[in-house]
Amino acid sequence: MARLSPENEAIAREILSRYPRRRSALIPLLHLAQEQDGYLAEDAMEHVAQLVGCTPAQVLGTASFYEMFKLEPVGRYVVNICTDIACMLLGADELLHHAEEQLGVRAGQTTADGAITLEGVTCIAACTEAPCLQVNYRYRYRMTPEAFDQLCDDLRAGRAEDVPPHGTLATVRQRIPADRAAGPADPSSGAEPAWMKGASTGGAA
Amino acid sequence: MAITDAPKIVTSRFRYDDAHTLARYEATGGYQALRKALAMPPAAVVEEVKAASLLGRGGAGFPAGVKWGFCPPGVWPRYLVVNGDESEPGTYKDRMLMERDPHQIIEGVLIASYAVGCSQAFLYVRGEMALAQERIAAALNEAYAAGYVGRNILGSEFSLDIVLHWGAGAYIVGEETALIESLEGERGMPRLKPPYFPAAKGLYLQPTIVNNIETLSNVPWIVANGAEAFSALGAETSKGTRLFAVSGHVANPGVFEVEYGVTTFRDLIYAPVYAGGIRGDRQLKAFIPGGASSPWFFEEHLDLPLEKVTVDRAGSMLGSGAIVVMDETTDAVRACHRVVRFFAAESCGKCTPCREGTTWLERILKRILDGQGRASDLELLLDVADNISPGITWPPKQTTICPLGPSAVSPVASAIRRFRHEFEAHIARNPKASGAVDATGSGAARPAALETPVPFGGHHG
Repeated sequence: MARLSPENEAIAREILSRYPRRRSALIPLLHLAQEQDGYLAEDAMEHVAQLVGCTPAQVLGTASFYEMFKLEPVGRYVVNICTDIACMLLGADELLHHAEEQLGVRAGQTTADGAITLEGVTCIAACTEAPCLQVNYRYRYRMTPEAFDQLCDDLRAGRAEDVPPHGTLATVRQRIPADRAAGPADPSSGAEPAWMKGASTGGAA
Repeated sequence: MAITDAPKIVTSRFRYDDAHTLARYEATGGYQALRKALAMPPAAVVEEVKAASLLGRGGAGFPAGVKWGFCPPGVWPRYLVVNGDESEPGTYKDRMLMERDPHQIIEGVLIASYAVGCSQAFLYVRGEMALAQERIAAALNEAYAAGYVGRNILGSEFSLDIVLHWGAGAYIVGEETALIESLEGERGMPRLKPPYFPAAKGLYLQPTIVNNIETLSNVPWIVANGAEAFSALGAETSKGTRLFAVSGHVANPGVFEVEYGVTTFRDLIYAPVYAGGIRGDRQLKAFIPGGASSPWFFEEHLDLPLEKVTVDRAGSMLGSGAIVVMDETTDAVRACHRVVRFFAAESCGKCTPCREGTTWLERILKRILDGQGRASDLELLLDVADNISPGITWPPKQTTICPLGPSAVSPVASAIRRFRHEFEAHIARNPKASGAVDATGSGAARPAALETPVPFGGHHG
């Protein structure tokens, strides 16, 4: 829909300032755009291209490689049910089947009310808590069909307080205070760090 | 010494609910190792970690101190990139360390950067791990405010920004050169080798050390307690402790820190203090010993110690510390397909043998599972596998830039070698299978390398 808002552009510039090369901020800035709109709108990607200094096609090239970036609108809540080996052994396929029946959609689709997008995903690093899922990247462990139904009720009623809208990842941002920042290390500077000078290391020339 | 008596190194603070806060970290000895390191010459810190024989905990098991020494002399600046892109199926340990003890990682990053002479550090966290990102962001904010990170750390000449960076969902980014590509804002595709180590040319083509989360989490303990105390733990070639996630059909799945080389697979899977045995007292069928990439182990491997060289020699690897247990009710073909499906989905597409090969392995396994298998399919699977990883040996040879392709060969070779009859039973469900349709259309003989049944994983002891 939109370019980054003035507030988000300010955040974007702060993120950009941490990197020796602007292009490195591309993925964090795409997350910021997705946080704003819930998906990656074309205008937002063009804006990000300007900010990092590359073409919109290069932005799309990177964005389309990564599973988390949505190029079309999705539901307010994206429920990712893990169906990889550890979860499969403990009933993930049955859980996904139940979810499809319950929501009336197939994996990859969004419910008619726009509330929930259902996805079957690969390993999300909670194998000892199988079967597990993430809703907007918040974990739910050892899921049962009953727990899944309860989760959907809670999401639709706005009762899942730990789950922000889709697009928002971390709700805490890193802040580097200006008076403490060491600053990005320019790769073309050739600068030897102060504490290595005169140090008898294999690394010193 | 009982298997549970070894000290906890990386999980020592897990008993505290507030272990992720600076207050708790400082109250439990946190940042003392940084102070100690800053009083030492950087080279002495490198020597200490080398002497500890700390093996990388990401999967490849390369000695961290040796890696640190690979930077070419006189080339500046150097970077440190922390690999927190934990994605290998079965693996769950780095996320736990990021969520529960982020300051320990930050202190490890600081000590490593001081020792190697890195001018900036990037902490790359897997995109899907929102809580880990929050905990690390909060910890970094606290650490900056307290003077542990940033300019003139603790009043010394050592200055370092640690930038929290996060991905967007791609397993391949766990490969260190793909991680660097991703950090440069590109598609996460591995770089052509050589150079084999980013220490030579890494981020922005500058010398770059890439270390795993668990690896760096060990560093403060090593500096605080000394290499000798660390290498007193574990076996000859595998020092210290390791985190293992035990999942699947066990009574008490969990992540356990155990002494390297002393504990066995049987201890981890069956001991009441660990995974507590197979659910419902069923029989063990197979287990994946080191993440989805590793060849499967069976009953006869249970008494192997969790020790790198021993496990390597037995035809598999400890990899990323992920044990997935399958009981007798498991359909070996289904399990095999599920693991292969992962690699097919996550192949970045750069190398043809991997892109096409993993896709075909997945499709053939799917049709076998669906009762559409052909009599020639087992040979075809092995032929495709042989094209990705010639000879299907262990350790694998590869026709690809990175090990992802050969990773998909492990479950295929393991399952066919051990459970061939299960594949045949699935194929027999297809009424047309007896016609022996040759999907290659050539009827060519299988490669000579495959005339003997799949080689690896066969010998043990």
